[in-house]
Amino acid sequence: MEDTLGLIVSLAAATLRVATPLILAALAGMFSERSGVVDIGLEGKMLAAAFFSASTALVTGSAWLGLCAGVASAVALAMVHGLASITYNGNQMVSGLALNVLVAGLTPLLATVWFQQAGRTPTVPNGARFLPVSLPGAEAFGTVPLLGPLYRSVVSGHNVLVYLAIAAVPLAAWILFRTRFGLRLRAVGENPHALDTAGVNVAWMRYRALAIGGVLCGFAGTYLSIGQGAGFIQDMTAGRGFLALAALIFGKWLPVPTLLACFLFAFTDAVQVRLQGVPLPGIGVIPVQFIQAIPYVLTVLLLAGFVGKAVAPKAIGLPYVKSR
Amino acid sequence: MASIATAPGPTPPAAIEAVGINKRFGPVQANRDVTLSVAKGTIHGIIGENGAGKSTLMSILYGYYQADSGTIRVNGREVRMADSAEALSHGVGMVHQHFMLVDTFTALENIVLGVEGGALLAAGLAAARTRLEALQRDYQLDVPLDTVVGDLPVGLRQRIEILKALFRGADILILDEPTGVLTPQEADHLFRILRSLKAEGKTVILITHKLREIMDVTDAVTVMRQGTVVAEVRTAETNREALAELMVGRKVATSHTRGAAAPGAAFLTVSDLAVRDDLGVERVKGISFTVRAGEIVGIAGVSGNGQSELLEALSGIRVPSRGTITLRGTTLTPAALDARRLREAKVAHVPEDRQRMGLITAFDADESAILGYHRSSAVSGAALLKRSTIVERCRDAMQRFDVRPSNPRLRTSLFSGGNQQKIVLAREIDQDPDVLLVGQPTRGVDIGAIEFIHRRLLALRDAGKAILLVSVELEEILALADRILVMFDGHLVGEMDRSAATERRLGLMMAGIAEEAA
Repeated sequence: MEDTLGLIVSLAAATLRVATPLILAALAGMFSERSGVVDIGLEGKMLAAAFFSASTALVTGSAWLGLCAGVASAVALAMVHGLASITYNGNQMVSGLALNVLVAGLTPLLATVWFQQAGRTPTVPNGARFLPVSLPGAEAFGTVPLLGPLYRSVVSGHNVLVYLAIAAVPLAAWILFRTRFGLRLRAVGENPHALDTAGVNVAWMRYRALAIGGVLCGFAGTYLSIGQGAGFIQDMTAGRGFLALAALIFGKWLPVPTLLACFLFAFTDAVQVRLQGVPLPGIGVIPVQFIQAIPYVLTVLLLAGFVGKAVAPKAIGLPYVKSR
Repeated sequence: MASIATAPGPTPPAAIEAVGINKRFGPVQANRDVTLSVAKGTIHGIIGENGAGKSTLMSILYGYYQADSGTIRVNGREVRMADSAEALSHGVGMVHQHFMLVDTFTALENIVLGVEGGALLAAGLAAARTRLEALQRDYQLDVPLDTVVGDLPVGLRQRIEILKALFRGADILILDEPTGVLTPQEADHLFRILRSLKAEGKTVILITHKLREIMDVTDAVTVMRQGTVVAEVRTAETNREALAELMVGRKVATSHTRGAAAPGAAFLTVSDLAVRDDLGVERVKGISFTVRAGEIVGIAGVSGNGQSELLEALSGIRVPSRGTITLRGTTLTPAALDARRLREAKVAHVPEDRQRMGLITAFDADESAILGYHRSSAVSGAALLKRSTIVERCRDAMQRFDVRPSNPRLRTSLFSGGNQQKIVLAREIDQDPDVLLVGQPTRGVDIGAIEFIHRRLLALRDAGKAILLVSVELEEILALADRILVMFDGHLVGEMDRSAATERRLGLMMAGIAEEAA
């Protein structure tokens, strides 16, 4: 009994930690794609943010300045994507992929030049990281049976970015469905001509959506390098940007279903960590590579078969050109 | 109290006026020195063939495009229209030909888009609802405000567009080809709405290429041809023939002199045919009819009463759920029907939607001109297509069918609607079919091309072929068909000879009102 509870608590806590960057990146993608701009560059923006936040935190000793740098770098990349795909009507897929490739190459290079370490930053000291915070009463209630451990280790005990990510979901839903900005954002992704003829600037709407996406990617990358981790490592995003995109599609571009999809992917990841090296009855120990592939295999299976009809924003991927 | 007569002051300034408008798109001069003046409180028609520059002119008046030169005056004051927001601020609202609506939004959300009345939606939506309910009462613009627009029929979507413009305070309403997608009943309702707008002192500009609409509702009409204004006349002082001639620049036969049909053997016999749509709903409910050699049978009906499914079944695109089709004595069961086999059995098909089913717009014209017949040994060798033969055949067909420009290597999408339709028609007629199925042959086609297409269909009839014509345009049915069948809710509810048919009689049948009751 004790053991089962312990397992549940540790899986739930791990799920939350793994889900955080996915949630932030998926929300970033939601803003951008709801505005009609494909955001295949989530990965690159996160990776850039991870690098610049870690570097800045190392140099200044401040996690918050690190966060600012991370956000700034991701927003800057988002604007490059905007310039290519909104102003110059470029192919959004190509622009996004180009950003991914650029950042994947640039960050290890800069790390090597600035810190003389091959493709990584030195370890960021705890003082310059976002450390887990203990919510009030976590210790006092920790001994209450059942709910105590849940509160202490699942609800409490995460860094501030985790809580921000969770809070961002209802906030995003509120913006999307209860505000003027949200209405126009959804309109520009469905039928930009409708918005243009209603006298609203299509390009400006899309740039703002991309900027919000940049901010959220900045948080996601920062979380990876100086929240969950303690420094930048080459390719540390490891496909999370694409996983977030998959969660967004699985969640049909809606905030809460996307959150649940992120939790599902994170949960399978938490499980795969648990399963590594554990002999399964009748099968024995499965090579670790297969276990690690579980979340990705699940993604493919879900997207291929179980999503049903995911209806994307109608104008997604199409540059807005006035015409009849 | 004695009524005070209005003093006969100076003529009030025109509601909207355009002077010397020029607009060029690359090599095309879309508007050349166009001058237009629309009196306040009138319905003013703008008529012209496709590509005459009507839509461009209206887009300039609405601020969607900027003119290269020229001035625009609203109520006598010169204004600049840098964008549609500015046009709206001058009281100019536009109902576009392709609706500018977000399909996933409700009617209410669509209407307030851009003028939400505050950063938060709730309060603005509530206030808008109150205002809209008043507008709906005033102008017979009934629309369910909380239904998602994608689920509404086009007639209602159009009312949403009109409400959208009125909600923004439009005094001058521009409608671009508003009836192109409407059934006759919906169009009549639209005209009632326009008259009530006029009664309230609004100014309406109606762009169309349908002469009947101009004669029915407008007070004055401006005729455009090749980017210029060729005439501006009062509707009461003109007639259809004169307008048609001005539009096209030559005499046009609006009704064809035609010989009587000489029907021969039954070429196409349909018995007890039933067809279901993609959702499994039965749309054709067991109908039987015959089309004989040398006659045109017209199927009239409001769109959506099963005509599309019927055509799809007869052409082998959709498998019927029961019934048989007999072609010159050979009976085919549903299982034996497929598009290729039917083409080989000399059944040709001009589909209702040429851009979706008749052509591939991204292909060159010569490629579009062999679709469906690309296996024929005339154009296809053992493995490769005979490109030069295909180009030559297409060039020849283009000349015979008056396709302009007659360049086989031009992308299909670059041809106008009428010329695209001629490409399809040429392809199907050139196969020398026994039976020709034709759906909406002149939808979105200009008057010159309509005349041409109608003449070709009549010539085919006189050559002893069987033609089944499906059209929602009563005028077209009456102009072409020798025998008319009326389709309503999947059934054939009436059959009559051309000589016995009148618009009124057909209209009632199309509305599902049985003849005895009428």
